[in-house]
Amino acid sequence: MISIVRSAAALAAALYLAAASGAAFAQEPIRIGFSMALTGGLAGAGKPALIAMQIWRDDVNEAGGLLGRPVEFVYYDDQTNPAEVPGIYSKLIDVDGVDLVVSSYGTNLIAPAMPIIMRKQMVFMSLFGLDVNTQFGYDRYFQIMPAGAPDPKVNWSRGFIDIAVENGVRTIALVGADAEFSRNAVAGARANAEAAGLEIVYDESYKGTTTDFTPIIRAIQATSPDAVFVGSYPPDTVGMVRAASELGLDTELFGGGMVGAQYATIQQSLGSMLNGIVNYDFWVPEPTLDFPGVEEFLAKYQERAEGQGVDPLGHYLPPYAYAYLQVLGAAVEAVGGIDQEKIAAHIRDNTFETVVGTVAFGEKGEWATPRVLQVQFQNVADNDLDQFRTAGKRVVIKPDEWRSGDLIFPYTEAR
Amino acid sequence: MITAELFANAVVSGVLLGGFYAAVAVGLSIAFGQLDIVNIAHPSFVVAGSFAAFALNDALGLDPILVGVLVAPLFFLAGAVIYRVYFQSFERTGQESLRGLVFFFGIMFIAEVALILSYGVDYRLVEASYIGGNWKIGAVDLPLRMLVPFVVALSMTTAIWLYLSRTFTGRAIQAVAQDRLALQLMGADPIRIKQHAFGLAVATAAIAGSLLIIIGPVEPSIGRIYIGKVFAIVVLGGMGSISGTLIAAFILGIAESMVATFAGPSWSNAVAFGILLVTLAVRPQGLMGRT
Repeated sequence: MISIVRSAAALAAALYLAAASGAAFAQEPIRIGFSMALTGGLAGAGKPALIAMQIWRDDVNEAGGLLGRPVEFVYYDDQTNPAEVPGIYSKLIDVDGVDLVVSSYGTNLIAPAMPIIMRKQMVFMSLFGLDVNTQFGYDRYFQIMPAGAPDPKVNWSRGFIDIAVENGVRTIALVGADAEFSRNAVAGARANAEAAGLEIVYDESYKGTTTDFTPIIRAIQATSPDAVFVGSYPPDTVGMVRAASELGLDTELFGGGMVGAQYATIQQSLGSMLNGIVNYDFWVPEPTLDFPGVEEFLAKYQERAEGQGVDPLGHYLPPYAYAYLQVLGAAVEAVGGIDQEKIAAHIRDNTFETVVGTVAFGEKGEWATPRVLQVQFQNVADNDLDQFRTAGKRVVIKPDEWRSGDLIFPYTEAR
Repeated sequence: MITAELFANAVVSGVLLGGFYAAVAVGLSIAFGQLDIVNIAHPSFVVAGSFAAFALNDALGLDPILVGVLVAPLFFLAGAVIYRVYFQSFERTGQESLRGLVFFFGIMFIAEVALILSYGVDYRLVEASYIGGNWKIGAVDLPLRMLVPFVVALSMTTAIWLYLSRTFTGRAIQAVAQDRLALQLMGADPIRIKQHAFGLAVATAAIAGSLLIIIGPVEPSIGRIYIGKVFAIVVLGGMGSISGTLIAAFILGIAESMVATFAGPSWSNAVAFGILLVTLAVRPQGLMGRT
């Protein structure tokens, strides 16, 4: 008698649990796996990227999920350490058994994952890696950074060199950190400069662990360049900009490939030292870039970012981190399943409307049409974060179709 | 192309940088050079000092160096406590070499993660009136962002040196490294002396940290960059010698600066460590170490 009651109770409990867990979604979750720079040098952008990706996941789940299934993330902190990446992706695919993978943030952290991804033939949406796929030639790699096909590292600095040539620059100094991204950026600048017939008067690299950049700026100044192209990461960006400001670097065009000049906290801290610098960017709150959905997304991001110790404005990586999942999600829905080959083919053959505008991929997974902005800092005041919320402080100079203002030339005029 | 102006500026930049390196290394010179405590967590304490400077600079607008001096006593106490734990767990039982090292590795990671949890992973900078300013003496540039830390670093190192050579406790610290038994016979408790010394070493980290964040942006894991350099300076200078540490720091700073200016910055580290290797080959006890 008691055993019958017990079995009945167990059965009822099991049925109840099954019903309760299936209440919102009838099926298993879709699991997306990735590593992300949540600590270490690139975490200043990695953490905001994660927040943006979580907003996408929550938006999608609120609307009923992907193919009616809830989206779940499985992610690990790669600590901005390339050596961590292969192990993480092996685990994600072989042990955690995720359905889809996307990349970490940054060239140095995307490249190490490629061999594993290629062996497993998975679609690989990538977040801001410069020229990672040129050597691999993998046909399921898609890069959301709009550096553009066919040669992203050349496209990256093309706008900067074009501005130089248009304004009569004849000599250029190239300097960058001794790391994958900077080398790619400077290599591209070198190719562009040579093609444009500029004379390269300084061409050196420094270790990322350099404390004081004063000797480097001085060595550059000694060559009297008309333009200075720098490929740097956040701490060296700050070091170079400060040293240039302190020594009064006398040149006509300065900037190019400085990562970190897009981060809100660094912009606020460097303040007026940024004035005149012409640097790359991918989205700024200028009227020419007001894509549908981006302001709404940024409002959500800024709300979540408060009190998290991360970039409060989220203009750099977050819109693209949201967009690349939009592309992946749209492809999964269109294909109707998790078939890596079909998803890759769909992404290759279609255009997507995202918060960063219309996205279409071309050769080797790069954007079919490049959209690397060259932005000049103008009239920036010291220690004011809010000035960057609106247009006018980061004016788009190139490409011409996205231009939102006039260049102040030479650099010394704008300071 | 070597001009007199470029050369002079390279040397001056190197001296300013070297002064800062000395501030970071002097604490390790006491802990490792004199007490034989392999405090690999020292750069993490420096970074903690940087964050203390950031926190109070951000909240109250206090000058970062002032903050460094104000929190130094707290760091002293923390150092004393850490030494006590280290002594009870490892030194007393003679296991300090390997397990003690692991202990400090652990402290290093805990400090780093604690900072990440409290402040996040973003780079932090401080506001001070002298950041961005530049003095020009003839053709030589003296960026205040480097000059002010240099002056503070030199003062601190000199003060430590005077303390160690002129006061009873200071001399007891030097003695405890040389001959513990003799020190006990002189009426000083070696454990208390070492605790005092280690506390002092960590207190210097507070001030060095405030200098670090004036020079450049700081995030919690940045200490790792300095581990190699700081140990190299202490070893090059000669274990236990404060003046040796200062000279070694200058040598390293000037070498880095000269190489960056004339040969290409990617060689800076190689040259610095090359100097260390050559010196140790010729004079194994370091520049000012006792034979």
